[in-house]
Amino acid sequence: MKFAILAFPGSNCEMDLYYAIQDIIKEDVELVSYKESSLTGFDAVLIPGGFSYGDYLRSGAIARFSPIVPALQKFAKSGKPVLGICNGFQILTEAGLLPGSLQKNVSAKFICKTEPLVVNNADSVFSSQFNAGQVIHLPIAHGDGNYYCDQETLRDLVANNQIVFRYQNNPNGSVANIAGITNRAGNVLGMMPHPERAVETVLGSSDGIGIFQSIVNNVANREVVAHG
Amino acid sequence: MTLVKVYVTYKRSILNPEAQAVHSALTRLGYNDINDVKLGKYFELTVADGKSKADLDQEINEICDKLLANYNMENYHYEIAETEAAQ
Repeated sequence: MKFAILAFPGSNCEMDLYYAIQDIIKEDVELVSYKESSLTGFDAVLIPGGFSYGDYLRSGAIARFSPIVPALQKFAKSGKPVLGICNGFQILTEAGLLPGSLQKNVSAKFICKTEPLVVNNADSVFSSQFNAGQVIHLPIAHGDGNYYCDQETLRDLVANNQIVFRYQNNPNGSVANIAGITNRAGNVLGMMPHPERAVETVLGSSDGIGIFQSIVNNVANREVVAHG
Repeated sequence: MTLVKVYVTYKRSILNPEAQAVHSALTRLGYNDINDVKLGKYFELTVADGKSKADLDQEINEICDKLLANYNMENYHYEIAETEAAQ
């Protein structure tokens, strides 16, 4: 299968993602500039962390109007997997592909440390390698990671099993300890923690592998269904 | 030219840790009578003449809804200032 990694001005985790997919997951991967307008030929799209457009106005607010975004919206609508990490999550909420918003951390501090996460939904495209209730460890690195949505949206997220990861010790003030959510269809995930920074034990954790491997397995299963 | 002043503020339900930091700094400086601080964004848009008031209102609302404010967290209001020609 082939992964696309979108690169915006100010993205800074695209190469970490690239090496995670190429060297650890061992699948095809290509960087796609924000100036492009097509995602034809890709099976999954990854939106990296960083500070697109310097986080000017709001995190993700300007990247959301990049030339590649209409193709991203079409790709997401087709049901193929889209994973936004950190700034990628912020871009997905600004683009209307995920509900809610990421606001400043309650502490007003930038937080950079490894956090334990509880896998709340192990049936998603992105978490099928884990067990429900399993605790995994991934690093976070953000100033605007405090997930916010209104009560009605939260009820929907819970009812549709859209909360994939929750913080065990809420570091940033997120509603319902939310660390990662999917859209209603389940094919778009936004998460603040960085799985690409946790793909080798020497990095402190290799729990991130499970997320990328879940995507690979899901895409392979879809192909079997489609052709079989 | 028309000057449009746009104010974007956080909704009441949204925490504003930056404003809280400013507030606590004011308290440290001895301004104990400051009960609350709000912190938001201010934009000045200089708009070419030639639009009716209704069209300008429509355009500014569109700009705010689309880009300047995030309706999940923020509210906005704006003022259309005197045009230079009128001054």
